[in-house]
Amino acid sequence: MPTIRLKFFASLREALGPTGQIELPAGSTVGQARDALIALGAPHSEVLARGRAVRAALNQTLCDEPAVLSDGDELAFFPPVTGG
Amino acid sequence: MTTPRVAIQTADFDLSAEVLALRNADPGVGAVASFVGTVRDNNDGAGVSAMELEHYPGMTEKAIEQMIDEAFRRFDLRGARVIHRVGPLLPRDQIVLVVVSSAHRGQAFQACEFLMDYLKTQAPFWKKETTPTGARWVDARVSDDAALARWGIQGSNAASA
Repeated sequence: MPTIRLKFFASLREALGPTGQIELPAGSTVGQARDALIALGAPHSEVLARGRAVRAALNQTLCDEPAVLSDGDELAFFPPVTGG
Repeated sequence: MTTPRVAIQTADFDLSAEVLALRNADPGVGAVASFVGTVRDNNDGAGVSAMELEHYPGMTEKAIEQMIDEAFRRFDLRGARVIHRVGPLLPRDQIVLVVVSSAHRGQAFQACEFLMDYLKTQAPFWKKETTPTGARWVDARVSDDAALARWGIQGSNAASA
């Protein structure tokens, strides 16, 4: 199964660590990756819970949950950005 | 050697030096507009004694480069430079610098504001501030999404889900 490399930032990094990886069926989406992480239970299920404001980037570009993943992709989850 | 357009750094920056570099690079420049963002000692009703800024190495630089590309498409620019600091900062410290050059002032003013509005909602940075009751991650503002929408770009960075 395709392996996806994970990165977390800010409050998600504090809860889950800076990096991880997950194996998903071919053709899985960013939203399905989030659901698979939620299914791991706490703390993932808490900080990635549906209804929480979580943003995603696929290969370092902001993306929406329907985006499709490929083997070796870098997928990052983080809260809304607050720079500037 | 050409100065890179984007720098993410812990060190402070010098507005005058950056303006001079854009002027020296191009005798066609007739206007330079700049914005400097600094650390306030208060936010959302609480005192702020310190701040920590985190970014996404690689993506942050790439995202800002793409924003500058978009600014060049929309405005008649001659040059641009964006510096954003990361790491620990204190009230009064400089956080972010946007400098743009153009032949005339109108395009420079607009491009400078466009880049800041874009950066606030689309560049991966996160602020954690220290208050009297402890450290907390700063919340994104819906008003920042509205600022970007004025330029015809719909963002939902601050939306609740």
